[in-house]
Amino acid sequence: MARTDVQLMLDVKAGDEQSFALLLHRYRTPLVNFLYRMVRNREQAEDLAQEVFIRVYRARADYVPSAKFTTWLFRIATNLALNSIRDTRHQRMEVSLDAPVTVDSEEGDERPLDVAEKNPNIEEHLVQEAQREMIRHAIDKLPEKQRAAVLLHKYQELDYGEISKILSCSESALKSLLFRAYETLRVELAPLVALRAKS
Amino acid sequence: METRLLEYIDGRLKEKEQREMEKHLAGCPACTVRVNEFRSVSSLLDELPQIEPSAAFDVRVRARIAAEPVKQDWWSWLGAAPRILVAASMLLLATVWVGHRKPDSTNTAISNTRDETQIIQDQDLPVLENYDVLANFEALTELSQPVSADDSSDQEM
Repeated sequence: MARTDVQLMLDVKAGDEQSFALLLHRYRTPLVNFLYRMVRNREQAEDLAQEVFIRVYRARADYVPSAKFTTWLFRIATNLALNSIRDTRHQRMEVSLDAPVTVDSEEGDERPLDVAEKNPNIEEHLVQEAQREMIRHAIDKLPEKQRAAVLLHKYQELDYGEISKILSCSESALKSLLFRAYETLRVELAPLVALRAKS
Repeated sequence: METRLLEYIDGRLKEKEQREMEKHLAGCPACTVRVNEFRSVSSLLDELPQIEPSAAFDVRVRARIAAEPVKQDWWSWLGAAPRILVAASMLLLATVWVGHRKPDSTNTAISNTRDETQIIQDQDLPVLENYDVLANFEALTELSQPVSADDSSDQEM
């Protein structure tokens, strides 16, 4: 029987490095994906995910299983992501005031390194990729806290109580936040929804 | 009711709440449309593929973990340094000893020395008194002087 996250973390606290490797293996992909969808830069997402794991490791001696491990993990990740977004926005503002306009090279970094496309039809693949880009763009346009709430709700499938703890808000405030976020997505993605309904 | 639409879609409402929502949806076309649109949005979000962390990710995390300083608790550190343990014990003993001593100063030290001398003198008083009596005892001065060897030779001459 697989050990729970809390059991693994308590073993890490007791000095078992192998348990930390198991936690790393268990959460590396969800964490990198969450951070990638938050910051839209693969390299930055991996750096932040590394930082999350290092912070967990450093805090091992003081770990007390008072909440779910995922709440703690994604709380660290969310805070790091929100700080990173703010820092990046600040840097971009400084650059845009000083530097001449250049082609945005980040787009190349942000292209997903997905599993190989199975569809042999290039045109269909391009359409599919354009639609995915629309979805990504709609998520990007959400305010950071709404974006984090949607990602934790949709992709991590955390319950409302857990997400509200991660985002440091009440459960009712979270429900309201999520509703506004899905409302925005509904409007932004309405053309795509209509297109799907036709086909 | 609106904010509960998501809970309804997620299937997170209690049985009673679920029934109430279904009853509401049956009579509210706007909310029914909203539920369908939210479900469509949720399906679209499912289309975003996951990315895999790069091969270097684990290596980099493990390297950073290995570079972390090893944490030792206070006692194990002390155990590894017996000289410091001995020095600390001696310092502790000295502190306790100094802490239990009476308040001390130069004047009190002098007065203490005087007091001690007086006590000694008081203790030796009977002996000293006997000495004074014997030294000034006139009857003893009237006794003939003891005969020495030099005196006998003088008589012979």
